[in-house]
Order: sequence, then structure tokens, then C-alpha cells
Amino acid sequence: MQDPVLQVHDIAVRFGEVTALDGVSLTIAPGECIGLVGHNGAGKSTLISVLNGGLTPQTGSVGDGPYGIARARSLGVRCVFQELSLCPNLSITENARIAHRDLPAFGWRGTARRIVSDSLDAIFPGHGIDPRAQVGELSIAQRQMVEIAMAFSSPTAPPRLVILDEPTSSLDAGLAAQLLAHVKRFIAQGGAVILVSHILDEILSTATRIVVMKDARIVADRPAADFTQGSLVQAMGSSAKELTARRAQITGDDALRLTLPHGLPFHARKGEIVGLSGLGGHGQTRMLLALHEAHAPQWWPAATPAVTFVAGDRRLNGTFDLWSILKNMTAAALPDLARHGLIRPTAEATQAATWKDRIAIRTPDLQNPILSLSGGNQQKVLFARALATRAPVVLMDDPMRGVDIGTKQEVYRIIRDEADHGRTFVWYSTEMEEMGLCDRVYVFREGAIVAELVGEEISEHAILAASFAESNRGAA
Amino acid sequence: MKALNRPWAWSFLAAGLVWLATIWVTKGAASGGLTEAALTFAAFSVLVGIGQMFVITLGPGNIDLSVPATMTLAGTLALKLMDGAEGMVIPGLLATLGVGIAVGLANYALIKALRIPPIIATLSMSFIIQSIAIWSNRGIRIKPPESLASFTTSSTLTVPNVALVALAVSIAAWVLLNRSVYGRQVAAIGQSLPAARMAGVPVDGVRLATYVLCATLAALAGFLLSCFSGGAALNMGNEYLLMSIAVVVIGGSAVAGGDSNVPGIWGAGLFMFLIVSMLNTYQFQAGYRLILTGLIIIAVILLASGRKGGRP
Repeated sequence: MQDPVLQVHDIAVRFGEVTALDGVSLTIAPGECIGLVGHNGAGKSTLISVLNGGLTPQTGSVGDGPYGIARARSLGVRCVFQELSLCPNLSITENARIAHRDLPAFGWRGTARRIVSDSLDAIFPGHGIDPRAQVGELSIAQRQMVEIAMAFSSPTAPPRLVILDEPTSSLDAGLAAQLLAHVKRFIAQGGAVILVSHILDEILSTATRIVVMKDARIVADRPAADFTQGSLVQAMGSSAKELTARRAQITGDDALRLTLPHGLPFHARKGEIVGLSGLGGHGQTRMLLALHEAHAPQWWPAATPAVTFVAGDRRLNGTFDLWSILKNMTAAALPDLARHGLIRPTAEATQAATWKDRIAIRTPDLQNPILSLSGGNQQKVLFARALATRAPVVLMDDPMRGVDIGTKQEVYRIIRDEADHGRTFVWYSTEMEEMGLCDRVYVFREGAIVAELVGEEISEHAILAASFAESNRGAA
Repeated sequence: MKALNRPWAWSFLAAGLVWLATIWVTKGAASGGLTEAALTFAAFSVLVGIGQMFVITLGPGNIDLSVPATMTLAGTLALKLMDGAEGMVIPGLLATLGVGIAVGLANYALIKALRIPPIIATLSMSFIIQSIAIWSNRGIRIKPPESLASFTTSSTLTVPNVALVALAVSIAAWVLLNRSVYGRQVAAIGQSLPAARMAGVPVDGVRLATYVLCATLAALAGFLLSCFSGGAALNMGNEYLLMSIAVVVIGGSAVAGGDSNVPGIWGAGLFMFLIVSMLNTYQFQAGYRLILTGLIIIAVILLASGRKGGRP
């Protein structure tokens, strides 16, 4: 066997309480294309960050000797990111100057223009992109093409390992086929590719080897020929736990509706728990924000708010960092606690104390700053903030991150209880188990609802099957 | 030392020290007059400072630069309307409030509808307001009604009347900031606008109300100042642009928003007047006076922010 391009051995990465990678070993040989699959939170992105040198694992080894971004580049490791990383205010040539530090100091424009053009011509024949164009003027697909072309090009040493993270998500079928054909040519010439995609067809047709990740570990690592669509979906899910929905179909009036530009329309009935599932970042949070925006007060305070929101991204739209736990908890219910616009301190303290007990927030004093709490307890405060309002609809944006299992059970019980009393919950979660608590689940892919599962139909297998397109961009 | 943990404590400490330093040189001769003058001039700074404080509390980028022009326009229009007639005092006051509300609405319209950053929106608005003031003033100096002139220049129980007005406004502002739903929502927006929106705060309504409040207080200050100084002048608001921001900062409110206090504005307003008086008393030249003013302000802010860094 030839020398491997890169080797990682028994690496572990932890972010606080969350284990993102747990004893992962992987050897990447020249001439192979590894298809990396796994559902959201399985650890794919973390593994990629380790491979491109952006993240140093707490234990284990990457390559030989110290590893970092500079070392990764000198080994010929290139990465095309899911989030586009080009500077929109610069031309394609100027972006190449940033990406390729080994361009000559003088006359770099000519060289950069040549290598980007050559690479674009090789991968996407007939692309029609002028390398002098400003990136901001390009379409999303064109930007993605430029980014891919840049990763495959080099002024000096050619790349040896190219990591493609969802490279076809903004390309149409023709361009995607061109890219995959180029990947095959590239590995035939001795290069290595890691391909991450949620379109299983691409993985099965392009990869030589498939690595399946689940819960921060590699659970399967076999030649691609050994897999079928079905066995791949099965490998990604947990076969042990099958999910069961709690209740029969709920009938009644709609509490909420929204028609999305593509796919199925969304609606939620009174007293229903509606789950939003699918891979992360496929439009679930965006739809929750749109629902909130459509119903939240903008100019005048609402006597009874129509919706309330539990943030998953605490730093971004959850906590008020300068405030006490108490003020954070009552922030959404202030109109209920006030008379003539003035807050009644006793009413506020009573409400906060009630929720402190009900949701078990671990603090000696509610006057302590919110940041004195652990992440899980901060999250509980956000739950209390939303549930303490009289809003009939609660929107939840993956709110259980970093919450310990005991608290989760407690919160699940409260949610079920509130739903039985007629409250509607719209619940985006990346945890499969939580979808099992929902009455109905919408599966999202590429910004649209692609499947609706009711009651008994809700299962991890069904959700995964719908999240990963069975055929190349058929349903989307 | 615990008192120094209050964010406003440093401004009062600084004001007190400067007062003592001044009295010490004059051997206590002018202490009464100095205190009275300090309270009077601090009152104008406090009025504009409170409005600016609410705006700054809204968070990064929020500032109202139209304060001086609003003061000038309110003073000019009100005095012109009253034309020295005693019966016109109430209409004059109403005109003042009208100017404030109109400027506040116009400011937020620019910020919201045209998506202009507040610093640019209020600055360009101030040019428009100033032009209207110049156009309506035409260089004529109209005297205020006698009752208003004497009210603003006299004292009740040795406290200047304008200081009493500012004190009443301060108490109302304190209640608004610390006890009302509105004040809580202003502080929420200042800490995190997305979080405030997700917590159901009517963000646009609260921001609009705040810009209107700031402009209204500026108009009131302009009205009182023009009555106090016997007529409106086109440059009467000039020094209050920096003053309104300085008293907020020296008073211990967070420049980044979300955490403000009313008492500090008084400490800072008194300090800003007394520091100039002290340096005058010590007979420094104008150039040195300005340099020392700047250095002392920097020192006070450093001390006050050092306190914050030490907090857990």
C-alpha cells in the first residue's frame, strides 16, 4: 500500500460537556474518494475541521508531528466549505491571492487568473465565468464553482487531499455531474477526496469507500460497493431505539399556518406538538424565525402575545448577559406583571420563584447574574421565559442543547402537559428522540418541507430516509 | 468602599473634589454662588443627558446628534410664538413639546424607513432643523415673557428653579428606567436586539418612543435655556452635543448600551461645570484649561471603568 496522504489516530474533541469526536481513527490513501455521511451532530464537521488544521483535538494524533492550518496546506490539504468563504468585495483573482499564499510576489494577477481559469475549464467546461469578475456579482452556484476550482488549483505543488463539504448543494444537476466526474479523474491521477453530501446517490456513485459517523464515532467504514441506499440509511440511524409518537392524530382548528415558497405548506393545530426535523440548517430555524416575525409585535406591545420563542442559540438571540436570572426569566411576560406600565416587583418575584421550582433552576439566588449559571440552566431560564407567557403558540429552536437528561425529562413532561391544556408547540430539534415526542413531524430538506409524518409513521428510519434525498435532487 | 461599586459614585466623588478644590482657593468666599451656578448649568446638561442616556441605552450605534439643533429650534419657535406675551406661555410650552415630538418622529423615520445609521440620520436631521431655526429666527432676538424669565433665573429655597425642573424630570426618568416595562425593554434591546425581539419586545415601537423622548427633553432644555438667557440664539445648543454624551459616559452608563443609571448624570453634569470653574479660578490659560479638562475627564472615566473590570 502507498503512503497515506493523511492519517488521524484515536482523536477526541470535546466542547465543554459535548463530545464531538470520540476515538476517531481514519487513514486517507492516495487515489481514494471517501464518502463521509452521518446525520446532523454526528461529528462530520468537527472531523473536517481537524483534518484541515482549524481545530486541534484534545487527544490523539493527526499526521506526524504538530498539525495546524499551515501544516495542512503544506501537505496539500484543501477544503471547500459549506458556508461560502470568498470575499464578495474582491475579484476572483484577488480571492485567489488570499487562498494561495504561494503565488509569486510580482505578477501574481496573471498567474492567479491563469490557474483559476484552467481549473474552472477542467472541472466545469463551458462555465462562462470571467476570473476578473467581482465575487459579489456572481450567482451562488458560480461562487461555489469558483471555490471548488480554487481548491483543485495551485500555483506550485498540486493539492493531494480535497475535502468537499456539501459541494453540490447549490449546483444544478448538470454542474453536479461535471464536478463528480472531475472527482473521479482527480482520484484516478492519485489525488484523494473526502466528499460530504446528503444526496446518497452522489456518495454511492462517486465514493470508493464510505465512512458512516454517528454520535461522535465512526460506526461503519467499508468499500462503497458494500452499501445500498437502504443499508446506508440503516447504518446512520440507531436500530435499537424505534420511536413512537404519543397520540393519535389531533383534529381541531389551526393555530398557525405558513406557506413556504417550495414544498409542502406548514400548519399546526391547537394543542399539537409539531416537530421540525431533517438535517441541520435546511430551513427549520429560518421557518421558525419567519413564523415569529409574522406574529410578533413590532410597534405596539401585544396584550396577549400570539407566539413566544425558545432560543437554541443562546448567545445570539437568547440571554440578556448584563441581567440577573430573574430579569431574564420575566423578560417576555412583563406586560402581565405590570400595572399602568409599571412593573409590580412582588408579582415579578412570585412568577420567577414559581418557575424556578417548576423547572428546577439550580441557583441560590435569582438575583445572581444569568452568566453565573451553567449552559443547561441558562437554557432552562429561556424555557421558563417562554412558558411563563400566555402565548398560545410556543416556537422552539433546538432548545435542548447542553441540557442534562434529568432536566430534559422534566421539560418533556411540562411540554406534554401544556399541550394537553391546548398550547401549540412547534419544535425544531436535531435529536431524534425528541421527534418521537411529537404528534406530527415535518422533514426539511434544502429549505422546503419534503415529508410529513403523522403518529405511527414517525420513526428515525422514516426521518432519515426523507432527510437524505433518495434520488439525485428529485423531490427537491 | 461599597458605595464606590455604584456606577454613578465616581461622578459625584469627582464633582465633590473639584468643588472643594475650588472653594479652597477662594477661601470659601463664593461657595454659595458657585453651588447655585453649578446647579443651574448642570440642570440643562441633565435634561439633554437623560434623553441621550435613553438613546445610548438602546445599544451600539444609537446616538442622537440632533440635540443642539433641536434645542435651538424649540427655543426660537417658542419665543417667537409667545412674543413676550404672558398669555402665550402654555402655547409656547406646547410648541416646544411639538418640536420635540416632530424631530423624534423624523429621526426614527430616517433610521427605519431609509435604513440610515442613527449617527448619520440624526446628524443630517440636525442640519435640516438648524436651517429651519435660522430661517424662522432671521437674527431677531425676542425676549421671553417676564414670568418665564424670572422663573428660570430665580430660586426656590435656595435651589434654582431650573434645577428643580431637572430634578423632577430625573425622578420620572428613574422610575421609567428602573420600574417600567418600557425601561426594561430599552435595556433589553441594548443588550441584544435579536433576543429582545424574540422575547416579544415591540422593538420598533420602543426605539421610536426613545428617540421621541430624547428630542422632547432636548426641546424642553432649549426652551428653558432661551428663557434663562433672555432670548434664543442660533448657537445656544452648540456645547450641548458633546455635553449630552459626556454626562452619560462620565455618569457611569455603559457606552455599549443596556446598562444605564440616572443619578450619575447629575454627578457628571455638576462635574462638567465645576471643572471649568475650578480651572478658571486657578487662572489657567484657555489652552491649558482645555487640555486639563480633557485629561481630568479621561481620568474619571478610567477610574469608573476600572471598577467594572473588577466585578465578577
